[in-house]
Amino acid sequence: MEIRPILASLRRHRIPAALIVLEIALACAVLCNAVFMIGQRMADIHWPNAIDEQGISVITVNGTDPALAASDIPRNLAALRGIAGVTAAAAATSMPLDQNPALTGFTTTPDGKTTVNTSVYFLGSGGEQALGLHLLQGRFFNADEYADSGLKNFQSTSHVLLVTQSDAQRLWPGQGALGKTLYANGESWTVVGVVGDVLAQDPKFSGPGGRYSSVFYPSHPDEMMGDYVLRNAPQDRDRVVREAVQALGRLEPGAVVEGKTYAQMRTDYFADTSSMVWMLVLVCVVMLAVTAFGIVGLTSFWVGQRRRQIGVRRAVGATRGHILQYFQTENFLLSSMGVAVGMVLAFGINLYLMSHYATSRMPWYYLPCGAIALWLIGQLAVLGPALRAAAVPPVVATRSV
Amino acid sequence: MFGYYLDLALHSLTRNKVLGALMVLAIAVGIGACMTTLTVLHVLSGDPLPGKSGKLYYPQIDPQDARGMMPGTLAPEQVTLIDGMNLLRAKRADRQALMAGGAVPIQPGSSSLDPFYVEARYTSADFFAMFDTPFLYGRGWTGADDEAHARDVVITRQLNDKVFDGADSTGRSLRLGGITFRVVGVLDSWRPNPHFYDLTTGSYNYYEQAFLPLQTALELHFAKNGSNDCWGNGTGGVEGNAYPSATCVWLQFWVELDSAAKAAAYRQFLVHYSEEQKALGRFQRAPNVQLRNLMQWLDYNRVVPGDVRLQAWLAFGFLLVCLVNTVGLMLAKFLRRSGELSVRRALGASRRALFAQLLTESGVIGIAGGAGGLLLSLFGLWMVRHRASDYASLAHLDPAMLLVTFALAIGASLLAGILPAWRACHVAPALQLKSH
Repeated sequence: MEIRPILASLRRHRIPAALIVLEIALACAVLCNAVFMIGQRMADIHWPNAIDEQGISVITVNGTDPALAASDIPRNLAALRGIAGVTAAAAATSMPLDQNPALTGFTTTPDGKTTVNTSVYFLGSGGEQALGLHLLQGRFFNADEYADSGLKNFQSTSHVLLVTQSDAQRLWPGQGALGKTLYANGESWTVVGVVGDVLAQDPKFSGPGGRYSSVFYPSHPDEMMGDYVLRNAPQDRDRVVREAVQALGRLEPGAVVEGKTYAQMRTDYFADTSSMVWMLVLVCVVMLAVTAFGIVGLTSFWVGQRRRQIGVRRAVGATRGHILQYFQTENFLLSSMGVAVGMVLAFGINLYLMSHYATSRMPWYYLPCGAIALWLIGQLAVLGPALRAAAVPPVVATRSV
Repeated sequence: MFGYYLDLALHSLTRNKVLGALMVLAIAVGIGACMTTLTVLHVLSGDPLPGKSGKLYYPQIDPQDARGMMPGTLAPEQVTLIDGMNLLRAKRADRQALMAGGAVPIQPGSSSLDPFYVEARYTSADFFAMFDTPFLYGRGWTGADDEAHARDVVITRQLNDKVFDGADSTGRSLRLGGITFRVVGVLDSWRPNPHFYDLTTGSYNYYEQAFLPLQTALELHFAKNGSNDCWGNGTGGVEGNAYPSATCVWLQFWVELDSAAKAAAYRQFLVHYSEEQKALGRFQRAPNVQLRNLMQWLDYNRVVPGDVRLQAWLAFGFLLVCLVNTVGLMLAKFLRRSGELSVRRALGASRRALFAQLLTESGVIGIAGGAGGLLLSLFGLWMVRHRASDYASLAHLDPAMLLVTFALAIGASLLAGILPAWRACHVAPALQLKSH
């Protein structure tokens, strides 16, 4: 296909051509950034979490008598273990993604400094099994450690803790974490085990550094333990939550008892993020539709203007295919120009967002993907008007001259 | 003449329905998206106390120990009880209030209501005068009541309706946590958004229903809400009835300073206070003082979620795409009518008249697009209200934003019409007429 006549004709219609280029460029820039944001948020929603998310239910109890915690918690756990389908149950102070952060800065030396906020979890006996923690190195807590440990002023009185794989690599790069000591607020603890990465209580608040920074302490029953973690088969979870809430409601008549599956907790935590994703998707779809209709409108106008020229071309021997190809090539040239400008613009917008918002650099492959999307949309949009142009009969050339 | 142009514009819109509808739709979706995000931004970034916010300041001092100190570390965002009381009693500002959030059980006396919990604010007396709270009945308590640990309570209209059936309840008694309090005042509807005076309880849509003297609440060990930051051996009584210890910050302290000179003097006072405390051995760090006014404080805390700003930018990009699209369509529409315009020119109409006629037409498209955009933004805001964010329920269109919608729509469409109209009225009439 000869492109010189097309360029010559575009030069005669600079303004409409420039408008199409501009429209495609803007659409490309907005599309790339919006899709990138969608991708980032989807990645957030799917943050992995090394606990048995599908098989955990959490019952939260508030307003119990603190003085009776030592006897009430074992009694409640016994009742919960009696529910059909429950394979493990334990008390805990908090859960990943429960939006109730309890944070401490840990260091590897007594006088060290840190900017990382580590989420602190206290587990009652059997907590590792109830959560489904993945042990990578070392061991879980033993019965003595559970019995002898507690909370004093929200600081652990034990001497041992579990750390996550990310923390082990961050704190002691290239070395084993087992047997090492962690310090915070003048106390110290020995690492006895390394577990798979468990999410923070509020990873959005903790930031990228604290997302997988979590430590686990053993503790005997304590008034601070308001969460009961139940492990069961995924298909049983809704029934287990229902029965567990009823059982605890009977045992703790004055307290507020709320139950949730862990899957629900995760959905709740990311509800805002997923609605943002849907909004972005909606904007992208509508924007592409608007762009396509704009191209249809302008090309139709062109076809209308050039009916006689098309007729003349047809009369001197051009086939329908030639006419179709002419408009498609024209649109391809315009799209290419638009996409070239658009990619630069998209990159610029990304740089601006990086400096003003907590956005990371857009990976390069978003740009060609956006370009291909707009090429396709351009070709689809031009097809209708181009077919109409191809249908112009040669006889038009002889009329009204 | 304008009426005639209007008539022509409507006629031309109906003549080519598809093109007209496309333009109106493009403007409508662009405006709809823009106004939805702008309204949310407008609601969230608004001034909670217009006219007063410039005089309210949030002092920050740094009582932390030297351990773990990193250069340039920011001062804590709250104060300890000791520092709070010291600053409160120093009375160096025109007004000052020390406060903390909490929750109290309300035990209505004879009525058939069961006991229930409400969010409460424990504060010193100046709170009401400083934040210009509107009183329906009665008034706040006094500084003397603070020191006397008076059993006084100010309740909101909502709580008053619930417990006292909306009657003037001043002087009547109300049982809170087993203690009899005297109602001294009833606040009319007062819901500042963001909840600027204590951001730790959530920035939006958090309201207290009972206000009681801080020292009374502390004496009675009422439960607190909000966050604490501790250092050293400090321990936050996370839940339950224990209060955070002396090396924890957990209270908010606000001052009112009527002039910039007073603000400068108060900052100096804070530096002196820090130095004095360091000399006494309580503080270990060099004075690290901040005095931000209300809006600066909100800004510093990034109260408006970043996502909301991002959405607004995105919507503007989207509007721009829609506008360029409209420019293209208008160009097509106007140029297609070159013949008609040439006849008008040939009959003696000036370019200016033609231009006015075409711009009227784009203005009409703008009004139609604005109406469509309004409907779409109402729908968009309805969707926002059904989202899970804490600010969701605040997303409502106010009259000012309604006006902005139409101004933006008409402005945008006129802007979009300028280039096509200019091109169209520069068509050479003789050439056009000859070719037909």
